[in-house]
Amino acid sequence: MPQFDPATFAPQIFWLVVTFIALYGVIAKFAIPRIGEILEQRARLVQDDLDRAAALKADTDAAIATYEKAMTSARNQARDVLLAATTELKKVADDKTAVVNAEVGKQIADAEARIEKAKADAMGSIKSIAADTAREAVARISGLTLDAGKIDAAVGAALKDAR
Amino acid sequence: MAAESHGPMHQFEIQRWIPLDIGGVDISYTNSALFMTLAVLATLTLFWVATRHRTMVPSRWQSVAEIMYEFVGGMVKDNVGLAGMRYFPFIFTLFMFILFGNFLGLLPYSFTFTSHIVVNAVLAMFIFIAVTVIGFARHGVHYFSLFCPPGTPLPVAFILVPIEVMSYFIRPVSLSLRLFANMLAGHVLLKVLAGFIISLGLVFGIIPFAAVFAVTLLEIMVAAIQAYVFALLTCIYLNDAINLH
Repeated sequence: MPQFDPATFAPQIFWLVVTFIALYGVIAKFAIPRIGEILEQRARLVQDDLDRAAALKADTDAAIATYEKAMTSARNQARDVLLAATTELKKVADDKTAVVNAEVGKQIADAEARIEKAKADAMGSIKSIAADTAREAVARISGLTLDAGKIDAAVGAALKDAR
Repeated sequence: MAAESHGPMHQFEIQRWIPLDIGGVDISYTNSALFMTLAVLATLTLFWVATRHRTMVPSRWQSVAEIMYEFVGGMVKDNVGLAGMRYFPFIFTLFMFILFGNFLGLLPYSFTFTSHIVVNAVLAMFIFIAVTVIGFARHGVHYFSLFCPPGTPLPVAFILVPIEVMSYFIRPVSLSLRLFANMLAGHVLLKVLAGFIISLGLVFGIIPFAAVFAVTLLEIMVAAIQAYVFALLTCIYLNDAINLH
């Protein structure tokens, strides 16, 4: 096997050391810094973008919060206005209703008084008509002419009973 | 002679293309040295093309280099932690060197320098010594506690410590042998199967040809996996030295 020929060891080792050191030098001084730099730059760029996105998101969140707050206060204000208006309207309506009710009550009272008076008048008329009718009836049936005071008393008693 | 020199082992022969000698030490430029040089040049070309026009949205080759970087970087970070990132350049170099050594070796008529135990052994011994030095530099005498985790009952320790010591010193052997054996076996298998194509002729030769095709795919996978395993084990050894337990 050519691998175990010691005469070939020295040149192989020598060139291994030379080429390996050369490659190490170039990779350590040239390849790694150049590739590392671009990877770092890219990572930084991505990080910057992410940071900016996060900042924008924070701004958006703040704007949304402000908007929500404004919305809430506007809604509250609207509710207050509505409530005040409703109360006002109700009060006006109540006042008007009270005035109208008072008017109607007065009119009802007047009307009742008038009715009462008419009723009393009517009662009075009924008494005299009844007395006249009674006297006429007595005169026609018996031909007697009764004393007006007696008839009135009798009609009054009869009306009292009817009542 | 001609048939013998083209046997399955012929591909592993070292050929001194430019004989060199310094103070009696043979440092001839061989086929092995050429493929080491090619592996270095391939890695350099990849990184040069990849980082020529660096853009935020990476080009195809830039993406390849970035994936390699993040793959090995992630491996070091996951297995050793941030303290291990000091050794990231070394692990990265190790990974690329072995990866391209394995890949280039799969090309027909090429040479696989990782199929030579001496190459792997030098890398493994360097890692072994470096890890040991780092371990003692960071933890002093405490590094010996690697062989006997705290809380081990004394009777168990009598068995555990020799096993741990043995497994520690076997590391460079297993590290280099694994890569060597994988590369050797794969290339010998390919060569033997390829030999059958000729001897079985045009009709039945299709069977070994299909086998060569399949094994080549397997070997491409093995080439990548073995480079990964070598780098990963280096990370794990380094983790022992830096974080102890």
